[in-house]
Amino acid sequence: MDAPFLIAAALTLLSAIAAISLRNLVHCALCLSLTFLGLAALYLQLGAQFVGLTQIVVNVGAVAIVIVFAILLTRSADQPDASRFNKGAIWVGLICAAVFATLVVSINTSYVSMKSGAPAPPLTVEKIGHELMGRYVLPLEAVALLLTAALIGAVIIAMKEPNGKGGAQ
Amino acid sequence: MQQLDQIFVTLKAWVLGQVPEPLQVPASIVLSIVPITLVFPAMFALTTVAERKLLGRIQNRLGPNRVGPFGFLQWAADGLKTITKEDIVPRNADKVVHFLAPVVLLVSALLAYSVIPFGRNMSAIEIDAGILFFFAVGAGTELAVFMAGWSSRNKYALLGAMRAIAQMISYELPLLLAALTVVMATGSLNPNDMVAAQEGGRGWGAIVPNWFVFTPWGFVGCVLFLIAAAAESNRSPFDLPEAESEIIAGYFVEYSGMKFATFFLAEYLGLFVISSMCVVLFLGGWHAPFPFFWCDWIPSWAWFISKLACIVLLYIWMRGTLPRLRIDQLMNFAWKFMLPMALINLVVVAVWKYTRPWDYFGAELVRWLLCVGLLALPYLLLGRNLLRNRKWGPRTYRYAS
Amino acid sequence: MNIPGKGILTGMAQTAKNFVGSYVSKERMTTVQYPEEREPAHEAARNFPFLVFDKDPEAGLRCVACKICEKECPPQCIYIVMQRDENGKPTKQPETFDIDVSVCMSCQICVEVCPFEAIKMDTDYEYGEFDRFGGLLLGKDRLAKSNEYFHKIHPTEASEVDARLDKERKAKETGDKAKAAKLAALAKKAENAEKIVEGAKAEK
Repeated sequence: MDAPFLIAAALTLLSAIAAISLRNLVHCALCLSLTFLGLAALYLQLGAQFVGLTQIVVNVGAVAIVIVFAILLTRSADQPDASRFNKGAIWVGLICAAVFATLVVSINTSYVSMKSGAPAPPLTVEKIGHELMGRYVLPLEAVALLLTAALIGAVIIAMKEPNGKGGAQ
Repeated sequence: MQQLDQIFVTLKAWVLGQVPEPLQVPASIVLSIVPITLVFPAMFALTTVAERKLLGRIQNRLGPNRVGPFGFLQWAADGLKTITKEDIVPRNADKVVHFLAPVVLLVSALLAYSVIPFGRNMSAIEIDAGILFFFAVGAGTELAVFMAGWSSRNKYALLGAMRAIAQMISYELPLLLAALTVVMATGSLNPNDMVAAQEGGRGWGAIVPNWFVFTPWGFVGCVLFLIAAAAESNRSPFDLPEAESEIIAGYFVEYSGMKFATFFLAEYLGLFVISSMCVVLFLGGWHAPFPFFWCDWIPSWAWFISKLACIVLLYIWMRGTLPRLRIDQLMNFAWKFMLPMALINLVVVAVWKYTRPWDYFGAELVRWLLCVGLLALPYLLLGRNLLRNRKWGPRTYRYAS
Repeated sequence: MNIPGKGILTGMAQTAKNFVGSYVSKERMTTVQYPEEREPAHEAARNFPFLVFDKDPEAGLRCVACKICEKECPPQCIYIVMQRDENGKPTKQPETFDIDVSVCMSCQICVEVCPFEAIKMDTDYEYGEFDRFGGLLLGKDRLAKSNEYFHKIHPTEASEVDARLDKERKAKETGDKAKAAKLAALAKKAENAEKIVEGAKAEK
């Protein structure tokens, strides 16, 4: 429990709370990206450079921007919602608690925590590359295929024009 | 020569020797940060003058020549002016976000400097995934631009921000893929390794430096990187987000005084750092271009800065030449030309790398011809496709009408 | 063959040529560095009106304070007060003649309407003042400029004006003679009439 960890953890938690409690949706999105940054800082602290930096590139650089765009294009950010809580809050809370409990139990009984004490081997970028291209090449390709399909689908949806007239020629 | 080359390194070590033991870590951090925050803003100041003079000459004008010798103190006058101007915040603006936007932009631009090796043993932090770090902090720029545009409550600002984000996301892909070619060639994400891989020369008397720009894939990668970097840092001809003649100044239209200057500074700092990255990736970093003895007299950091200056001059030259693109041209160029070229370039790097063991007579020539052909053919086809005359029909708007 | 990207390189070469050329050839640089060097004003140049005088700047003013220009001025930047002698009779001289050059729009209508060729357009453009209300309100003393000055800035126009004025003066002189004769004749007639009236009275 050193100071950098405390700062990063506090940043993550506070911005996460802000992200779900602020009224202005754009503020929420900005706080969410701050949460991503805090998470990345935590990863970096654990020595997982690649994961931490990728977290920033993907989540702050792309996901947060897409969320912001979605907010801007779909609704006005000004209107405050009627209530901060909706009826399903209890159910959501229960599900969240269940997921959290499952995670805690599974981590505590996992192989990694069993052999605690032995230092984990440094996970370099090179090693990640070898693993992805060697042992996990099939899952990687499957994910790639899925993403390509999604991309093509998005293009097809975007290209659809009423009666084939107008739009980008 | 060794002393001059390492003067900053030894200076830092000497200063660190003077401070007491518990203060050494913070002192080291400060000593790494301060030069970056001094040298590059100073370079920004000089670049603004040089840019205006150069653009003037390109348009057969004189450029600024009143303040100081040949107008080279113009930056001081401009700086004083922006500092003393009133800071106006629009009444409807989101005050906190409006204030934070230039700060975030400047911080993310400055952070990116920390992984650049400016000379032999001269990078602020050495981390394994330096390139990744560089692009990760670049993500902050997009958020900052959005924050500025959204919080101003101005339609021009929001339009500028939307344009900027669309442009940055589109051009980030070719930028990353162009950088990835070097990662593939060197097998490392560490900028220092990349510089080390470009040492020495080849050919008769080692006259051609081993820089990646002098390989087929490196040349294409360098050009792609430079184009994408211009788009990332909103330089002309990709200055749609701040197009003065259409949306006034885009996302920072509602900023005045020092905040405006901060945007300006951050933009130029972003340009310098991305050009520095280009020097590291393709132009041999701080290595001297020729193996002559006098090249060693010039310290490594001087070589780096002069290469950087050349790229910045190239950008100014481009600004003086090329007109601004239209938004559809911009997008077509990114997705129909830059991205395919960058992907093909990746294949070419692989080919280049795996034909390296060939050592029969004329293998080098075959290798070159193969790679150049693999790049030239798609270039011609993609370029033709891009330049093809399209028939523009009357436009119908799906949402606006 | 149309190679994509050729146009960009051609453009870059062109601007590079401009850049180098700006240091080599003098003709390329059209900039006149103003306070130190000035371009001679073109003859057709005109910006604000001034008053022409012959010989004496006060008495020689051609202006007769007829106020036509004051009435015609679209932005109404001219203000004229007629000078009167102690009997209240106009002396055909302006007492005040003010032009507010901060209001003047250089339309030259005052020059067009002036029947006495008294107001003309100037080429001077250095009207910078620290007092933007008083400083830009030009009085008679600053507006009055000699005919020689007019000749200097607009030689062609000034000669035409002089010729016209000469002709008018001559015409006036001959006209005066004719008028005097006419008057004399009239007076004679009146005298005769008087005589006739007197004669008639006497007859009565």
